Amino acid sequence: MTVRVYVPRDAAALALGADAVAGLLRQAGDVEVVRTGSRGLFWLEPMVEVATAEGRIAYGPVTVADISGLLAADMLVGGSHPLRLGRPEELPFLAKQTRLTFARCGIVDPLSLDDYRANGELRGIARAREIGPAATIELVTQSGLRGRGGAGFPTGIKWKTAADANGERKFIVCNADEGDSGTFADRMLMEGDPFVLIEGMAIAGFAVGATKGYVYTRSEYPHAIATFNAALDVARRDGLLGAHFDIEQRVGAGAYVCGEETSLLDSLEGKRGQVRAKPPLPAHKGLFGMPTVINNVVSLASVPIILDKGAEFYRVIGTGRSRGTMPIQLAGNIRHGGLFECGFGVTLGELVNDIGGGTLSGRPVRAVQVGGPLGAYFPPALFDTPFDYEAFAARDGLIGHGGIVVFDDTVDLAKQARFAMEFCAEESCGKCTPCRIGSVRGMEVIDRIVAGQRPEANLDLLRDLCHTMKFGSLCALGGFIPYPVMSALEHFPEDFRPAHREAAE
Amino acid sequence: MAGFEPWTRERGAEIIAKESGREGATLPILHALQDAFGYIHADSVPMVAEALNLTRAEVHGVVSFYHDFRRTPPGRHVLHLCRAEACQSLGADSLAAHVRARLGVDWHDTTADGAVTLAPVFCLGLCAIGPSAMLDGTPLGRLDNARIDAALERAR
Repeated sequence: MTVRVYVPRDAAALALGADAVAGLLRQAGDVEVVRTGSRGLFWLEPMVEVATAEGRIAYGPVTVADISGLLAADMLVGGSHPLRLGRPEELPFLAKQTRLTFARCGIVDPLSLDDYRANGELRGIARAREIGPAATIELVTQSGLRGRGGAGFPTGIKWKTAADANGERKFIVCNADEGDSGTFADRMLMEGDPFVLIEGMAIAGFAVGATKGYVYTRSEYPHAIATFNAALDVARRDGLLGAHFDIEQRVGAGAYVCGEETSLLDSLEGKRGQVRAKPPLPAHKGLFGMPTVINNVVSLASVPIILDKGAEFYRVIGTGRSRGTMPIQLAGNIRHGGLFECGFGVTLGELVNDIGGGTLSGRPVRAVQVGGPLGAYFPPALFDTPFDYEAFAARDGLIGHGGIVVFDDTVDLAKQARFAMEFCAEESCGKCTPCRIGSVRGMEVIDRIVAGQRPEANLDLLRDLCHTMKFGSLCALGGFIPYPVMSALEHFPEDFRPAHREAAE
Repeated sequence: MAGFEPWTRERGAEIIAKESGREGATLPILHALQDAFGYIHADSVPMVAEALNLTRAEVHGVVSFYHDFRRTPPGRHVLHLCRAEACQSLGADSLAAHVRARLGVDWHDTTADGAVTLAPVFCLGLCAIGPSAMLDGTPLGRLDNARIDAALERAR
């Protein structure tokens, strides 16, 4: 009897040798190798699963050197071996999660629409067609879903604005320009379950009256681009996409600022990715001047289950004004790095220490940066902060796209603050002065502070500069760079003192 | 990576014509040109401008705005090394210093023998298995000096 073996083809699994593992398993007799996305337990990748009478049994991390030993230990019938992990859904990291948006990621063949249907899907778009556009928008609003890209704007209200706007054409634009360090949820989903994004966009198109959707994917994700294009072909052949609603994927070109929605629109139009002043809102005048809904991958991919199970099902999960689940990404110097989808409200400390297992290096955690390059650095003293849009804002931070980057006690926060300014200078679109010039001056001022040149006066100057950037910049790049800089200064002032630096060196 | 084809105006014109029917076609055209030739040849800029009814300055502005577009041919292999925070937390800075010293190049440069171009990248989405890199489109994780040396050796 043919044994079915699942080997991820997620880019992170590939980076750890999954292709070679799959190749060897294909030669291991009567074996059918199914390539899946990743379940998101990256310290166990490549994680191989074998279909047995007792369900799937996982082994990991598997390298090519382990294969002969695993086969000798009867891996193909779930035999015992030091790398045997048991049933994946019983692993604590997965058992503690509430997987809604990522329910199928890492389990199904990403390009099998039959697999997708077998798992109960396409009920979302069916439900939308049943209740009509207005009720669909109302349901998304009632669910409490907010933008998962970082801004946290209510998705239903955005859709309603675009639905009510006049335009000869309307567009759905999916922001897959996932540039924040520490984040990979969009990539995993596009590689592991692309049909859920296609269904979410089709629902959005139906709800607002758009017939064309664009997905703007960053060029740093060649595997996501290839899988998603292949999925689009499958969906067109199936009739899920067609004249009523079609999707085209466009590829970015390495500009971080194109993750900002208005510069993304300029880039899609074929221009330099420069930020637009708002108003007009993209929902009124967006792509090619037409009403446009622009949502993050995870926001759109969360819509099918909301339509299928209802607003209340989603809304009861979470805390405060942050409803539903968030795919939190544990990254950097962390023992158990990966994707952890759960309801809002879990604390930062639980995520880093209990779920993430502390640092990979085994040294104490000194700082975590939450929300990408524009997010604040928090010390362990703030680990009681619940993962929630408002709770992070109240402590001068942000959750952004849900990435948490852990640093051990070797980190130099003055260096990280300088890097933030350097990154901003490199990636600024150049349109507004506070960001374009402020970031360069910011680097220089931090250099003078750590060199001990008039430190008090220069610290005042840095604070003043951050204030100007925060309130004077046109978009979140210049506007939020003060978060990492000021949080580093506030929580780790000792790193900015020259005496400390000399001692450290 | 398989070698790029040498630039010719005829092939350039063919590629531009194939992509220019789309709305907002500038980036798809530039990607297609770079995929074929390895870089954006200066002669292609007025050709793209002509095809899209733009000025040469506008097309030049787009080419120079985006980090991805090269205006000179790359080496036979391109190594994108991640410099972002998650990889920094696991020693990306010292890994980068090692690679620059070993190859004898700085960022964006190509080794004297034309073998490797070193490009910085800010995040490959491999943030839980850093430090990471991409060599000719193949992702690499959990890198250290020995692993990156071995990968470069295999490529040469």
